[in-house]
Formats: sequence, C-alpha cells, structure tokens
Amino acid sequence: MGDWMELNHNVNRRKFLTSAGVLTAGALLPKALALAQTQKVRVGLMLPYTGTYAQLGVAITNGFKLAVAERGNKLGGRELEYFTVDDEADPAKAPENTNKLVQRDKVDVLVGTVHSGVQMGMVKIAKENNTLMIIPNAGLDAATGALCSPNIFRTSFSNWQPSYPMGKVLADRGIRNVISLAWKYGAGEEAVAGFTEGFIKAGGKSVRGLWIPFPNVEFQALLTEIASIKPDAVFVFFAGGGAAKFIKDYAAAGLRKTIPLFGSGFLTDGVLDATEEAAQGLETTLHYADGLNTKRDRDFRSAYYKAYTFAPDVYAVQGYDAGLLLATGLDAVKGDISKRKEMIAAMEKAKIDSPRGAWTMSKAHNPIQDIYLRKVVGRENKLVSVAHKALADPARGCKL
Amino acid sequence: MIPISLPRTALLAALLAIVLFPLIGATFYVQLGAKIMIMAIFALSLDLLVGHTGLVSLGQAAYFGVAAYVLALISPQYEAANLWLTLPAAMAVAAVAALIIGFLVVRTAGVYFIMVTLAFAQMLYSVFHDTKLGGGSDGIYIYVRPELNIAGFKPLDLENPMQFYYFVLILLAVVYAFLNRVLHAPFGRALAGIRLNEQRMRSIGFPVFSYKLGAFVLAGALAGLAGYLAACQFGFVNPDILAWQQSGVVLMMVILGGMGRLHGAVLGAFSYVLLQEVFSAPALLGAYAKHWQLVMGSLIVMIVLVFPHGIGGFLDIVLRRISYRPPSSARTDGT
Amino acid sequence: MFYLIQLLNAVQYGLLLFLLASGLTLIFGIMGVINLAHGSFYMVGAYLAYWLAKLTGSLWLAIPIGIVIAFAIGLLLETAIFSRLYKRDHLYQVLLTFGLILIFEELRSILFGDEVHGVAIPALLDYSIPLTDTLSYPVYRLFVTAVCLGVAGLLYFVIHKTRIGMMIRAGTSNREMAASLGVNIPLLFALVFAVGMALAAFAGTIAAPISSVFPGMGNQILIICFVVVVIGGIGSINGAMIASLAIGCADTIGKVIAAEYSAIAVYLVMALILLWRPQGIANKA
Repeated sequence: MGDWMELNHNVNRRKFLTSAGVLTAGALLPKALALAQTQKVRVGLMLPYTGTYAQLGVAITNGFKLAVAERGNKLGGRELEYFTVDDEADPAKAPENTNKLVQRDKVDVLVGTVHSGVQMGMVKIAKENNTLMIIPNAGLDAATGALCSPNIFRTSFSNWQPSYPMGKVLADRGIRNVISLAWKYGAGEEAVAGFTEGFIKAGGKSVRGLWIPFPNVEFQALLTEIASIKPDAVFVFFAGGGAAKFIKDYAAAGLRKTIPLFGSGFLTDGVLDATEEAAQGLETTLHYADGLNTKRDRDFRSAYYKAYTFAPDVYAVQGYDAGLLLATGLDAVKGDISKRKEMIAAMEKAKIDSPRGAWTMSKAHNPIQDIYLRKVVGRENKLVSVAHKALADPARGCKL
Repeated sequence: MIPISLPRTALLAALLAIVLFPLIGATFYVQLGAKIMIMAIFALSLDLLVGHTGLVSLGQAAYFGVAAYVLALISPQYEAANLWLTLPAAMAVAAVAALIIGFLVVRTAGVYFIMVTLAFAQMLYSVFHDTKLGGGSDGIYIYVRPELNIAGFKPLDLENPMQFYYFVLILLAVVYAFLNRVLHAPFGRALAGIRLNEQRMRSIGFPVFSYKLGAFVLAGALAGLAGYLAACQFGFVNPDILAWQQSGVVLMMVILGGMGRLHGAVLGAFSYVLLQEVFSAPALLGAYAKHWQLVMGSLIVMIVLVFPHGIGGFLDIVLRRISYRPPSSARTDGT
Repeated sequence: MFYLIQLLNAVQYGLLLFLLASGLTLIFGIMGVINLAHGSFYMVGAYLAYWLAKLTGSLWLAIPIGIVIAFAIGLLLETAIFSRLYKRDHLYQVLLTFGLILIFEELRSILFGDEVHGVAIPALLDYSIPLTDTLSYPVYRLFVTAVCLGVAGLLYFVIHKTRIGMMIRAGTSNREMAASLGVNIPLLFALVFAVGMALAAFAGTIAAPISSVFPGMGNQILIICFVVVVIGGIGSINGAMIASLAIGCADTIGKVIAAEYSAIAVYLVMALILLWRPQGIANKA
C-alpha cells in the first residue's frame, strides 16, 4: 500500500552518511587509476529477491554466477564485483533503484530484471546513461522493439516469441476457431497478439479474445462462456498461482475432455506440483523444455544441481546465458570495458552455447532461438518437437 | 516589556526552517520534504470537506490520481510537457470528475456519503486498472518532468530537487492563503453553517446542495494539484495512486493534525510521513521495519481511542497553557 | 441452457456477497457503526480455513472451528474496541477500522507470508456433474450455493420470526425505544457484532477453495459489499439480498461481454440506483 510514494530511504540515507567519506577516497584517486586494468568489473544485479517473484530472482542470480564460476570467476581476465539491489518487483521504485546502481555504484553492466513494469523504468535509465544492460527475463516486446538501443540486450524472450509458434501448431492440426483467454495486462496482450498472428498466418480462421483483469482468478463465468461457444481449442496466457488455478478449474468444468487447451509455456512452468492430475497432457510452447537430452543441457543441469542442490528452471537458464553473453563481450576486449563499441559488436555477433540450444542475437538484441512444443508428463514439461526453428522477434518499431 | 507570543515565535522558527532547509539538507531529505508538502496540499483539500463542511469523504484519492494520470497521459514521451498547459488541464479534469461524482454523492449524507464516495473512487480505480486508458495495471512512466517556462525564460528547473522543493513550497503557501481567504469569505462561513446545522441553513433559504457541491469541486481541484505534483516528483503513476488506501491515509493525516484547522492538515501530513519514515527504518525495528503498517495501524487505533482531537488539538491545549496570550487564529471548538 | 448456467454463476457469487454484506448491514443498521475492517474478517476466515485445513487435514473440521474462532475474535473486538465507538462520529469509526485493516494485513503477512495459497476441496465434493455436452459443474460450487441459501433462510427466519429478531428490528428502527422497553442493548450489540464477524469469516472459509487465499483479498470484496449495502439500504437484510443478486448478475454479464468494464458496470448500477433512490431500494426516503 502506498508504495508508489515511498522514496528509497536506505540508500539515500547511506549516501548521506558516507558522503563525508568521499574526501578520503578522493585522496587515493591516482593509485586507483593505476589499478584500472586489474580493477574488477562492476556488475549490478537488479532483481526481485522478496515477494512473489523472489524465486525467479534467485534462479537468475544462480544461473549467472554459475556461468561466471565455470570461467574461473574471471571474464576477459578480470574478476567481477557484484552490486545487488532487490527491486521488489515494484515499478514505482524502479527508476530510483536503477539509479542506485548506475549513479552511486557506477556499475559497468546492469543485469535485470523479471517484472516488465520495473524493466520499463530500467530501460529508461539505461538509455539515459548509456549503461550496458542485459535483460535476463522480462518479456515486454518494447525493450527490444520500439525502445531498442545499442546498449540493451536480452537473453530471455519477447512476449510475442513463445506464443507465435503455437498458432501454427494449432492451425496444422486443422483447428480453425480458437478462443484466447488471458490477463488483461501488457504481457497477456502481447502473448495473445503473438499467438493470433501465428495462427491466422498458418491458416487459422478466427481468434475470439476473452480477458480477465490482472490478477483476478475467478474464471467460472468465462469457462461457461467457452463451453457455450464450443471453439475448436482454447489458448491461454497465465503464470504462477493463477495458472495453477486455471488448469484445475478448466478440468473441473469438464472442458479438458471436449475442448483442447493450449498455452504459452508459462502456464505449466513451476506449477506442476500444485496441479497434479489436472495438467497431464497439456501442450505448451517455450524456449526451454525438460528432456532436451543434449550433452550441453545435461552438463548444465548437473553442474547447477551440484552448486545449489536443486534443479534449474528456465529462469536459471536465462540467467546463465546472461553470464555467457557478458563473457563473450568481455573476452573480445580482453576485459577492457572502455572499448564499448568492440564489446557491443562482439555481443551482437555472439553465438551463445546455451543449455536450451545454441542461439544468436537478432538485430534488435533479442535471442533468435528454437521454440519447443512440450507436453506435461508427470511433473515434467517433456519435449515433443521443435515448434519453430530459430525464431526471431519481429522487433516492430526498432530502428537498430 | 513587549509581550512575546510563544506560538508565533515557534511558527516563525518553523517557517524559517522550512524555507532554509534545502540549503543544508541532503538531497534525499529535500525530496522527502517536497513529498510531505505535496501530501500537505492533498490533506488541505480534504480538510476543506471533512473539517470545514462536515463531509467525510473516503474517496479523495480519486481526484489526486486522476490529475496525476492526466499529466502522464498528455506528457510527450521524451520531452518536457508545458506546465502552463498541463497543470490547469489536470486540475480541470479533477474538478470535472468531482463535479460529476459530487452531483450524485452530495445528495446523500452520513454513512451513505462515506460509502458512496469510496465506491465512486473505486470505480475510477477500476477504470485505470482494468482498461487500457492509462496503461492498465502496469502504469505509466513520466520520463521528463514538466517545464516551467515563461516566454522562453525558465525561472525554476523542476528536475532539480531543490528547485522543485521551492516550487512545491510556494504552491503550498498559495493554497493555504487561498483556503484561509475562502473560509473567511461568505462562502466559507456558509460551509461552517452547514457543518454545524445543515437543517437550519436549509430552512433559512441557503442553497445547501450547491454550497456543498461547490466545496466538493474545489476540494477535488486542489487534490488534483497535489496529484499533479506527485506525478511530477515520482515520474510514475499506476492505479495504486488512487486506491482507497490512499484516501484512508490522507484522512488519517487530517485527523492526526486535528481537523478544521488549516495548519492541522499541514501538521498532520508532516507527522504522518515522518512517523512512516521512523516506523519503516530498519535501524529502529530491524526485520519488522517492513511491517511498519502494524505499528501505524496500532497508533491509529490508539489515537482514536485516546486523543480524539489529534496532535493539533493536543498542541493547542499545551500551547494555550504555556503562552502569554491565547493564539488568535487557533480555533477552540475542535471538531 | 448456458444462460441458465451463467445465471447460476451469478447467483452463486451474489449469495456469497450476501453472506458478507448481511453482517455489514446489520452492524450498520443496529449499532450505526461503519466497519471498514469487515473485509478483513472475510480474509481472516479464508486464512483460518487454509491454516486449519492444513492442521486438521479436513475442511469439514476447519469450517466449524473457524466459525467459533471468528465469533470469539468478534466478541473480543466488540468489548475491547467497538463498544467505545457507538457514540462517536462516523469519521472516527472510519479511521479506527482503517487502522484495524492495517493491523490485520500485517499480521497476515507475518503469520502466513505474501504468497497465494490454494485450499483443497474436500474429497467428498471434489467432482463435477455434467450439465451439457461440453460443460460440467463443480459440485463444491453447488454446495456453497446451497449453504449460502440455507444461511440466508436462517437469517430471515431469525429476524422476522423470533424474539431476538424482534429486538434486532426494534434496535434498528429506534435504539432508545428498544432500550426503554428493557432490551439489554450492550449484550445485543455484542452478539450482533460477533455474528456479523462470524458470517464474514464463514463466507471466507467456504469460499477459500474456490478463490484461493491471497493478500488483500478482503479489501477487494469490501468495496463491493459497500455497494451492496448502499443499493440495498442500510440495515435491510432483504435489500441486501436483492442488491447482492443484482451485483452478481452485473458482474457475471460484464465479465463475459467486456472484462475491462465489468467492475465499472457494478458501480454504474449503484450510481443509477442512487439517482433513483438515494436511501437504497429497501428504504423509503
């Protein structure tokens, strides 16, 4: 409550208290300059570590640090120094939190975040200050679309991306009329738009959109509506607790037997413990899957398990790839972060050897990656096939 | 010997401190000061209704939030908006919203009025939360603060925290003086009459409905001014800005300071924000700092049960005891 | 057929609202207290269901224990706090109950965290009956509807046919008169308050498997209850019933036709009724 009006107390207080210390630090300046080449690369991690998205923040951090650890804790010959900020998934604090890392901590590279609203604020500050930024999750299309920028990279996905291939999957099965159902907010709308585009292009006839305000979970009236319209299939975008509840309600309404349900992969990621029987056989599309059965993925999973004693998820992969991307950039300039142009050029040309399968950067700095069709078997999202090979986001509005 | 009025001296000292503060305070505290003054304008707008007209509105955040959204929606994406256009526009939209809603709610009284103001505020919340009008639940950023431009000359740069502070301070003073004037004018006296005995006012032929509606619209416009400034300062609006909790907080400020006194509303805003700062400081409460609302809630309950006239009423009593003569401006009839 | 099923959905939501709003309107009508914390009682009920169901392993045990606990909390709150508010201005009632909301929310956060929790439907009712070729209806939802109807009937009977109901009606229309006729007002108030709290908590308990339990769940529904009370008229159980069903229909229709406007539609209904009858449909001005 009232969060929008809370300023950032702690940091500024600290700033106030330590401003006296600045003078003494200044006296050491020449020495500091001499150390420039051996100085650590300053990495700002701005992720949610409390609240609903806390687990995602932790998984991304773990993945990132694993990638760095596998390179002997040095990228381009330099060690890293981490500056961590909990963004609390609170958009109102985003500009302030980002400024903490950019202005106060003077980070060389910014890594974050999960929540799209917070990401908007980060994009704003990163553009203003020309800070190098890697987005390890938030999928808002604009970050590598209308707001794209040479210093902004993403190692996850755009909201459009995982949904688009599902359109073709459905159309190829002879499905013609679909109802889409999603939360009425940015991510939901972009996911549905991606699906609709893919579906119509591949020969689908109509997509009727039903919506529910975010984060409402009372689906009964809408399920009744779906049953009365009797579409060939239903496509949904929900995540987390809302996704688990939807899967259960859909089954309880008897619709699983008559109208097939599909979704973007977030529907069945991280909820299979809660949904049990109701989710069995559900098909979704995402840029990662269980049972990829490549050496790369197996190695990653066992290394991750060894380091953190629990299994990685798609978020850990995205964090890991953020580490790989930074490594590519720093290696190319041998750790000399001041050679910004060369570093960005190397990152643009990078071929990331990801556990999800190798991918490259699009012009707009979003992964060109395989999207997998997966099916829920037990508590896993098992790989069925590659729904779309090397899919690039259309990056509408990007002038890069 | 010249008789010295202690309250006056204290007031002067406080004013001086407020004016000089940005020169010595760290940026964070200057920003905090601006935020407090914005909330003070917001509290003043509500005090006009609650304290001076006897209308307990629990939906004042609606007009605050609507004005904030107006700024967010009409600001160009990467350029500064013109303050001379956007500020009047924001206040006007807030006033029109208050006029439409007021036309319906002012017909009700007592508990109905409280619930209906709340419900209509929640309706506006739904408008911004559920539809795409203002970016839905995601909210909108305002990337650049509006520009104060007089024929090409910029007397104040609102991006500068210190100058923004003075800008808000000037507006607070103007609103305070304006309300002081209004309350001593026939309009204000009529409102006081309505508060004390609406039936009597009606029977002697006062158009009570129009007067109440007038107060409601004026309060809405002033809340809009505060909302506009809040949007400037934080650069972000989302539906929470007009959620009913916000209305509860500002009502709390009015009561805390002692309603029916203009300085009470200002005092209330100061006390509330400072208390919130103290309660949410990890240095004081450790891990429980993030549960500061627990302490705040308990304090509210205590105040209602123990200090019905708020901090302002309490201070009045104390000051009257120790002062050489009673302060001429302070009201003694409390509620 | 589907219209009938949508009507069933609407009635089910409306009846749940009625459970909540009836307590609210009774407390308004009899004690003249505006209680913003009523939604928190709903949340308390839902979290009690979550906690007790985990503890005892059965929702059937959780529901009665939850009601008893809620009733006890209600009595405690009435004697410690609310009884001091009856003669005070509405303003202070608003403020104090606002403070209570903050306290309840923070206690919830400290005790249960800020996550969304599901509550399992009891095995006995965890199946669906087919209504059409495509749609089945979860039996638990039917059960909730039936229970709400039962409680509504019971309330109607108590208020219109029993001696205590007569006292309540007397207290609503004229407090002093009732007191002078020898009604033990403090006791009556304490009972009505605790019953109101128990009703709200009960609504939260049986709704928990349908709605899940989550932070702020009480505040969301509180405002809708206010709308119900405003439309129905303060103190009127019959008015609350009509209003609850009307809101249930407006919400369901809105959800299907245009989700963005379903919440707004509910408030528009209120605005129209206010224009028509500022004292609510059941009360004559």
